[in-house]
Amino acid sequence: MGHTIIITVITLGLLALFAAVILYFIAQKFKVFEDPRIDEVLAVLPAANCGGCGFAGCRNFAEAIVKAEIFEGLNCPVGGAPIMEEAAKIMGKVAPVVDPLVAVLLCNGTPEHRPHTSVYDGVPDCRIAHNLYIGETDCSYGCLGKSDCVRACPFGAMYMNTRTGLPVILDDKCVACGNCVKACPRNLIELRKKAKKDRKIYVACSNCDKGGPARRACKVACIACSKCVKACKFDAITIVNNLAYIDATKCTFCRKCVTECPTNSILEINFPPRKPAVETEVEVVKVNPDV
Amino acid sequence: MNNLLNVSLSPHIHGKETTQKLMLGVVTALIPAFFTSVFFFGYGALIVTTVSVASCLLFEYFIAKYVLKTSVTITDGSAVVTGLLLAFNLPSNIPVLIIVIGSFISIAVAKMTFGGLGNNPFNPALVGRVFMLISFPVQMTSWPVPSGFGTGYTDAVTGATPLAIIKEGLKNGEPISQLMSQIPTPAQMFLGEMGGSMGEVAAAALLLGFVWLLFRKIITWHIPATIVVTIFIFTGILWAINPEKYANPQFHILAGGVLLGAIYMATDYVTSPMNLKAMLLYGFGIGMLTVVIRIWGAYPEGVSFAILIMNAFVPLMNAYIKPKRFGEVVKNG
Amino acid sequence: MKTFPVGGVHPPENKITAGTAIKHLPLPASVAIPVSQHIGEPAVVEVNKGDTVKTGQVIARSKGFVSTNIHSSVSGKVSKIDTILDSTGFRQTAVFIDTEGDEWLETIDRTDSIPAGIKFSSEEIIKKCMESGIVGLGGATFPSHVKLTVPAGKRCDTLIINGAECEPYLTSDHRLMLEKAREILIGTSILMKALKVNKALIGIENNKPDAISQLSGLAKEFQGITVHSLKVKYPQGAEKQLIKALINREVPSGRLPLDVNAVVHNVGTAFAVYEAVQKNKPLFERVVTITGRSVLNPGNYFVRTGTPVRSLIEAAGGLPEDTGKVISGGPMMGKAIPNIDVPVVKGTSGIVLIPRNESERTVIRPCIRCAKCVTACALNLEPYLLMALSEKNEFERAERERITDCMECGSCSYTCPAGRPLLDYIRLGKATVIKMARKRMSN
Repeated sequence: MGHTIIITVITLGLLALFAAVILYFIAQKFKVFEDPRIDEVLAVLPAANCGGCGFAGCRNFAEAIVKAEIFEGLNCPVGGAPIMEEAAKIMGKVAPVVDPLVAVLLCNGTPEHRPHTSVYDGVPDCRIAHNLYIGETDCSYGCLGKSDCVRACPFGAMYMNTRTGLPVILDDKCVACGNCVKACPRNLIELRKKAKKDRKIYVACSNCDKGGPARRACKVACIACSKCVKACKFDAITIVNNLAYIDATKCTFCRKCVTECPTNSILEINFPPRKPAVETEVEVVKVNPDV
Repeated sequence: MNNLLNVSLSPHIHGKETTQKLMLGVVTALIPAFFTSVFFFGYGALIVTTVSVASCLLFEYFIAKYVLKTSVTITDGSAVVTGLLLAFNLPSNIPVLIIVIGSFISIAVAKMTFGGLGNNPFNPALVGRVFMLISFPVQMTSWPVPSGFGTGYTDAVTGATPLAIIKEGLKNGEPISQLMSQIPTPAQMFLGEMGGSMGEVAAAALLLGFVWLLFRKIITWHIPATIVVTIFIFTGILWAINPEKYANPQFHILAGGVLLGAIYMATDYVTSPMNLKAMLLYGFGIGMLTVVIRIWGAYPEGVSFAILIMNAFVPLMNAYIKPKRFGEVVKNG
Repeated sequence: MKTFPVGGVHPPENKITAGTAIKHLPLPASVAIPVSQHIGEPAVVEVNKGDTVKTGQVIARSKGFVSTNIHSSVSGKVSKIDTILDSTGFRQTAVFIDTEGDEWLETIDRTDSIPAGIKFSSEEIIKKCMESGIVGLGGATFPSHVKLTVPAGKRCDTLIINGAECEPYLTSDHRLMLEKAREILIGTSILMKALKVNKALIGIENNKPDAISQLSGLAKEFQGITVHSLKVKYPQGAEKQLIKALINREVPSGRLPLDVNAVVHNVGTAFAVYEAVQKNKPLFERVVTITGRSVLNPGNYFVRTGTPVRSLIEAAGGLPEDTGKVISGGPMMGKAIPNIDVPVVKGTSGIVLIPRNESERTVIRPCIRCAKCVTACALNLEPYLLMALSEKNEFERAERERITDCMECGSCSYTCPAGRPLLDYIRLGKATVIKMARKRMSN
């Protein structure tokens, strides 16, 4: 019996040794050379694998950084400037300064502003509803409220406000990875330049119909009357396809356009309340996490 | 207030069948087998069936509600079906605790860990049964002889099943012709007067249920027929070669769990293939494996193992065996 | 009896209006005629606000080959050219006309005669179809002159006339076959001449025995036309299934019936072709069934295009209190319309009103892998798999599994015991795959 054990142990031990030697040589022969800096850069990246940089995962981005001649066009929105500086230091280069961005929904079509004209009873998926028909309201451009964007957010920075039927974006959690932008079949979400105190001024509408039909569909639609364009002293507002658009890089937050807008289509977020000088006919529901 | 019109994609009408109705149909099909099990095995049959169904339902409820915290779906009837089929695979004298453990394995391990109804790769009742067989071999292989309400529950008189008699006899070198006198007649085997698990004994009852399932369009005849025909043919070939060493094919069909397995276990929606060609291959595989295990394997009965092994191949079959599409363009040369 | 061998379902027929003769719907006070009532390029508006038009006058002209003309369905004044939400579910450009009387173009033959002799050549017939705005009236609205133009390299030996009408509730084709049998057969002969074939088969589901006997009897007077009874099974009226059942040829995946030398036209189209070629009457009205279990006076009507669905519902006794859904077309493939001011167009075969308690979707349960959807699919696809792939955004694999073959008949969703919205996801998958394929081709 002891005889058997000794033979077994020796045989198995030799087999194991033999296998180990073969594995070692194979590992050496087929070794893939990888720039060690890739791992170093990967270590400073946030490891969220969200795709916000435009690459498929952090490792892919790290490889792109190592291969790149210059850092133009390379940015990790999650980590932002500090992370890009670290990565640049490892590569001995300089990272360009990139404005931090935040996601903003360009629609304020709550049921009070934009009445329902039908009930959508199908699968609660915005892509499917958008493909099927104009939507539950008369505005064929507005938010469908089936939460494709909320489901697409990997950072838990969005939730659906069931009363307004519009998604809410949490400024402190949003890293502008762009997944919600891609998810929306109506392209309603825009990544806008982040301002101090999370202030925002934007035209909360994406309706490209002429003023009449737009207004009939939604009380706070942009009717392209151009009053905002005239009011803006900084040339920040343009009107294309019956829709006004405020360029966040030019806007100085003077708020003149907000009071000028006859349909209250332009929203000002996170500003101190102003003295009530303008009578508004409609109770504007602001897209705000506290609502 | 709401007189707005509903809008959704076509079709705007729906057929009458629901998951619940399908499960109810299966339960109805098992009623004849339940009656014969009670007729032959008395109190034991009643107790085992009740305990099995109840524990399956309770486990599914508690796991869905408190562990997974998802919606409770016991009303779809699938836990009842699992409970019944598990019970029908057991001897009628098996103690309550072992049944509860088996139900736990069937529901918690074989079904809920994979995501609940529709996601399990292996037949839950069979997983429970095989687990019990391996963990409690003594209790799972003492089969009561049919004596109705004559004996009690756990103290039922036990004896060998026909398959066990043949297997042991052949091991001792006895020829088939001699062994045949020790096993019940074909008529007795057809009606159910033989040792075995509660649901497998009465071929007649099982076939009645089969007719009901076909009538209700719950299953098609392909899988059960393929299994039975495969077993018949291969045992037939062996029997033709040496009738003293191999039992005749009709014995093989009526003994053991072939009919129960072919009609109720192999046709389980979730674990069987999704198109006809794959179903035929699946049935053939189960038949072959059953014969191999019965003749050359260590166990007297192989249906449960055969089905579980073929379950493992089903995703592969679904992925690579495709129905011939309408207007399939056949590549030339 | 002939049928297609694979798949199919049996929804309850509900042919409530099968015995109701066709009436003419009174002209509405105004019509809104969309410029796109067909597959292909929308027609280009030719009239202006304030113009007076006559019934049958061209108001929008065909743009390109795969397009067709749009004609005024009433006489009166053009009030505006604007967009309207139509039965596609989206806003389309339409010509709005205030009705004044019913003055037809003088060239249209309004007599009761049924001329049988065909004076035109094949090319002239095809040209007349295009000028008269003839499109497939089965619901697909494909411009008929395009279907009748056999491209070089292909040939046609059989014409099939689709009288199946497999959708529940709809009876417009049935009534047309009973009341305009001779005209349909003349139309069939005209189509045969256009295609240069000498063989035409008319397929009719055998829940219409009166239509079958009517057409069989009359067909004896015509050369080369035979009438065939088909087993009642949905979707027998689908092109590919009809061809398989009648002449046992399988249209290859991704191809057209012409690739098996056949062309299929609806009976309504055959009737419209007769009117266009023999009576000079362009397509501006069609038979529409208005039906539903709660409808007071369901019936079949000749309706002018552009008529709001509201007028049709009013003629049938008004909108029932409990209406939950209004469907343009049949309940299996029709479109649910968001409001009843949507205009009737060339493709509107019926308006079905569904009570509220039947118009809500069932609860979605997990897939139990019963494979009933696979059994129901008439094209032998695997709907459960196509839905799963579309849900998980695996569109490349969906393309390999032939998702684009799907004809969206709805048999899979109809059958699913778990109430899964199979067709919703398959349609999404199809749209995405087609977009991906287009992008590949343009690169």
